[in-house]
Amino acid sequence: MKSSSGIPIAKFYGPKKDAECVDKEMTQFEVPGKFPFTRGNTTEMYRSEPWLMGSYSGFGSAEEANSRFKELLASGTTSLNIALDLPTQQGLDSDHPLASGEVGRVGVAIDTLDDLERLLDDIDLSQVRNLSCIANAVSPILLGMFVVLAEKRGINAEDLRLYLQNDSLKEITARGNYIFPALASVKLSVDVMEYCRKHLTKSSTISFCGYHFRESGCTAIQEIAFTLANARAYMAEAIRRGLTADDLGPTLNMFLAAGMDLFEEISKFRATRRLWAHMMRDEFGAHDPKAQAITIRCYTSGSQLTAQRPLNNIVRTTIEALAGVLGGVQAMVVSSMDEALCIPSRETQQVALDTQYILYNETGIPHTADPLGGSYYVEQLTDILENAILKELSKIEEQGGAIAAIKKGYIQTILSESSYSLQREIEEGKRIIIGVNKLQRQAYDEHLPDLFRPDSEGESRQICRLLKLKDSRDANAVLKALTRIKEATMTGENVVPAVTEAVRLYATIGEITDVLKNAYGEAHDLGIF
Amino acid sequence: MISESFEKTFPLRILIAKSGLDGHNRGAKIVARALADAGFEVIYTGLRQTPEQIVASAIQEDVDAIGLSVLSGAHISVFTNVLRCLRESGASDISIFGGGIISAEDAIELKRCGVAEIFGPGTSLLTIVNFVRHLTKEAYLNKGV
Repeated sequence: MKSSSGIPIAKFYGPKKDAECVDKEMTQFEVPGKFPFTRGNTTEMYRSEPWLMGSYSGFGSAEEANSRFKELLASGTTSLNIALDLPTQQGLDSDHPLASGEVGRVGVAIDTLDDLERLLDDIDLSQVRNLSCIANAVSPILLGMFVVLAEKRGINAEDLRLYLQNDSLKEITARGNYIFPALASVKLSVDVMEYCRKHLTKSSTISFCGYHFRESGCTAIQEIAFTLANARAYMAEAIRRGLTADDLGPTLNMFLAAGMDLFEEISKFRATRRLWAHMMRDEFGAHDPKAQAITIRCYTSGSQLTAQRPLNNIVRTTIEALAGVLGGVQAMVVSSMDEALCIPSRETQQVALDTQYILYNETGIPHTADPLGGSYYVEQLTDILENAILKELSKIEEQGGAIAAIKKGYIQTILSESSYSLQREIEEGKRIIIGVNKLQRQAYDEHLPDLFRPDSEGESRQICRLLKLKDSRDANAVLKALTRIKEATMTGENVVPAVTEAVRLYATIGEITDVLKNAYGEAHDLGIF
Repeated sequence: MISESFEKTFPLRILIAKSGLDGHNRGAKIVARALADAGFEVIYTGLRQTPEQIVASAIQEDVDAIGLSVLSGAHISVFTNVLRCLRESGASDISIFGGGIISAEDAIELKRCGVAEIFGPGTSLLTIVNFVRHLTKEAYLNKGV
């Protein structure tokens, strides 16, 4: 690996200039690929494995998304992202009154297995390196659908590389696609984790999310503290049920935001890896280094983009993406420049994806691991953030942990306070945003690519399809399968097998969710502002 | 004459509402807070309200205006449904303003349907507070107080 003028670049650097000395002094300073992984999960970092470059967007119908997926695969993409519409994410069928206007709006509608079959029609799942689906409260149902789909295609579920987000606690406090109360949310997420460990060993089990807290307006410190508090709740339950930290560790990941404060963000990623490694080793007893290093997925912060002069957002997302790369993340999605205006169009998505390709191929940044390691500023900021996060985390523990803090509205109150004071700082000009509170120039004729227009007929088509499908089912068999789920909720067993059997008979996401709601109750927004 | 302490003398009431399944509540909560700080009495519905529930709360709480926030793209159906429910309940005197990720074209369409104003991303709280102040004062005075 050489710089543009031919200087050889070492895998990573330490206090001595000579890269040769680095290996001998490994114990005296933090080294990439070694506990506590502050400097990165592996020694080679992006030299041996580029970060996964993804994009995220919704497509109204399964057919539209299917043809886009085929295009992506043909162009060499190995990672597919399935965005679900809001009714699906909240366990409502497309014909539910609350779903009106939302069907196929921010993603595809999946009412039954049939929708997933059409979505992935003629796509070779063994070719997909990462099949990602943002399912949280409905993750047991989506998992069941993928399992049956694989079976029908003659693929071993074992070989699927699924990524279900599966973090429903953060839905209650930040993202809003909650269904069940906090305690039941943890139970169901752990059901999915447990099932995946047994039957889908190449799949991710859960993604602890901080992104949505951050987008709700909190600080980088709070983002990580809330993420760790939730992670602790899931891990404690998983371990109580007999899973081990060593077994789960490599299947866990975090989903975090990359914001505009470049050095704080870089230091945040570094501090997070260090905190996690300690938590896994000291609290949950992980001995395997692979279980101590956390895979970080980051998404550039959509809320820091502006509707004013949207082309400027390309610059913003580039800096945020840079924070992710310099912070050593394993996967990234860059927001499209039009995110503050609409659902991203094809062209703006391409610019967002190209931003990552440019960073990887043209800048030389991936040549060495943790290029900012050893910077007085970054190292100190990493330590300071680590301590501040621990302090914030201990406040949640004082509330009785994440589940209790959510029930009391503690997290929600902090988010409200934090986002309001951030907004005040913008209003008072203490935080400058070009085009919003400074240099509010009139836009010239900005050639923003065409905005995304949703298909207005999609909703009624989806409802018709659902009603037809329901008519064609063996109603008695469906009813029996749903009753079986109810029994599973009463015995406290893992619900995924029973859910999978219902899914196979084309029970709808709404029918299955209703059974689970009857058993576990529902979460409600406390309306804190 | 309307004085600066109008809000203090006649506490105007605003319902901030989230309809449909959209979970983006940051903007709604910030606006609720800013209006409360400016002297309004603010009620926030929380997430996932139906148009019927929103209108029922508005009538029950005797509010002067409803602020609706939609970021999921479902704004046309959400706003028009709330307007329809208001008409059907004989409560058309309650004005509606709103915000979210709403295109300029759609904002024009919504205003044509009777929405008082649509505030896009990056709008200052002061602009919103001043607008609501003006809007509700007019409504209040028209009621014959």
